[in-house]
Amino acid sequence: MKVPVFALCLSPALLLVWKGFNGGLGANPIEFITHATGDWTLRFLVITLAVTPLRKLLRLPELVRFRRMLGLFAFFYVCLHLMTYLWLDKFFSWSEIVKDVVKRPFITAGFTAFLLLIPLAVTSSAGWIRRLGGRRWQLIHRLIYLSAVAGVIHYYWLVKSDIRLPVFYGAIVGLLLAYRAAVKLAERRRAKSAGSPPVKEAALTLPG
Amino acid sequence: MRIKTAPEIRSSEITPKQLYVNRRRFLAGLPVAGAALFAGRALGGAKLNGIVKSPLSTSEKQTPYSDVAHYNNYYEFGTSKDQPAELARTLKTSPWTVSVEGAVNKPRVFDIDAILKMAPIEERIYRHRCVEAWSIVVPWIGFPLSALIKQVEPASKAKFVAFQTLYDSKQMPAGRYAGIPLPYVEGLRMDEAMHPLAILCVGMYGEVLPNQNGAPLRLVVPWKYGFKSIKSIVKIRFVEKQPPTTWNIAGPSEYGFYSNVNPEVDHPRWSQASERRLGEFLKRKTLPFNGYADQVAQLYTGMDLKKNF
Repeated sequence: MKVPVFALCLSPALLLVWKGFNGGLGANPIEFITHATGDWTLRFLVITLAVTPLRKLLRLPELVRFRRMLGLFAFFYVCLHLMTYLWLDKFFSWSEIVKDVVKRPFITAGFTAFLLLIPLAVTSSAGWIRRLGGRRWQLIHRLIYLSAVAGVIHYYWLVKSDIRLPVFYGAIVGLLLAYRAAVKLAERRRAKSAGSPPVKEAALTLPG
Repeated sequence: MRIKTAPEIRSSEITPKQLYVNRRRFLAGLPVAGAALFAGRALGGAKLNGIVKSPLSTSEKQTPYSDVAHYNNYYEFGTSKDQPAELARTLKTSPWTVSVEGAVNKPRVFDIDAILKMAPIEERIYRHRCVEAWSIVVPWIGFPLSALIKQVEPASKAKFVAFQTLYDSKQMPAGRYAGIPLPYVEGLRMDEAMHPLAILCVGMYGEVLPNQNGAPLRLVVPWKYGFKSIKSIVKIRFVEKQPPTTWNIAGPSEYGFYSNVNPEVDHPRWSQASERRLGEFLKRKTLPFNGYADQVAQLYTGMDLKKNF
């Protein structure tokens, strides 16, 4: 099951390559690639965040096995997005890049979103869960919430007038965060009434 | 024995040159371009005759027609670059009138055919620089705006010329999501409007304008950012005070009235020092006044162009 899902996750990138060779990127290919890789970063962040609620709602606990792959694909697309900017937009002019990150708030937000994903990508394997211990690993991986929010802000601050898509992504990320907040609240209430410390959710299944 | 001769190929069957040259891109864009061909509108229109060449044209390499006709900012027909080529099919460009009003001695409602006959139409190959930091080179077809202005005789108190685009929610259903107030309005100072470089444009690449490029009549002011070259004009009004302009209303700190191309004045969110010429890989340095400094810089002597951005 992992192979077809992997292929599916890779297909947007493959489609971009195919379009590149067949004139399908339009009149401004670099702009097209920048937008497409940015879109797919956000989509994979959202999909990754949606795994836990979907597991519960659809009663499909095995969905968690794909969560690491989905999260790593978000990191894959953000790397493509960043590389397009660094290379094809700025041609590795580091003084220009630093100026952008410092002067342009939407780029600061985007760069922040990227930085927040690095520790997640690095510690994504089962070995790291063991090394860090489950609790610390979970804390680090909560950074995905911040990264998704920073990503939405990056998008919202860069559009010129049509805010529909950034608002839409923001609403979805908001909903997914609200779900987790609700779960957390429910857990605390249950623990209080039972008089014992909160039971750790079994979401820390070692990804297969 | 009768030797059959090969049937003559009718000229209507000859593949248009730009289609042949860009056939790969055409095939890739078949859902859009193919449908447009059948609709007979978005991919080129009637040929314009009697076009006079102009010494004001640049000899730089022209951007392919298919790029210019499929990469558009025309928010009334969608806010993605590829949408206007599809959605602008609903624009009805005939009949079309342009109302000239305000501080003029001879206000008039012109029919588009009268405008086409107003002055000899010229080919003006201009650099066109978008505020988004991309640029193209387009062989526009039109005549100097000054020809119309002289005909209507503006009063001495007319210091500015205001323009307005059509806004019809039935023809432009995507307009409600444009995110900018519509109808789209723009304006020029009188001396800018009278400048020989400023043209009323009726065509491009030897043909009438495709809908998505601002048919049937648009402005082209090549030394300013592209959003000042207002599309699909229905009203021209001569006024005393500096008129409101849509992008300045939408983003007053980002889009000024003058919006002269200026590499030294950044957009708050991005640098204007360089631009991507469509079709090129490396970026180019942006030139002051989009390379038309020799012709227009004198209009702004003494003006602080950082304040009057």
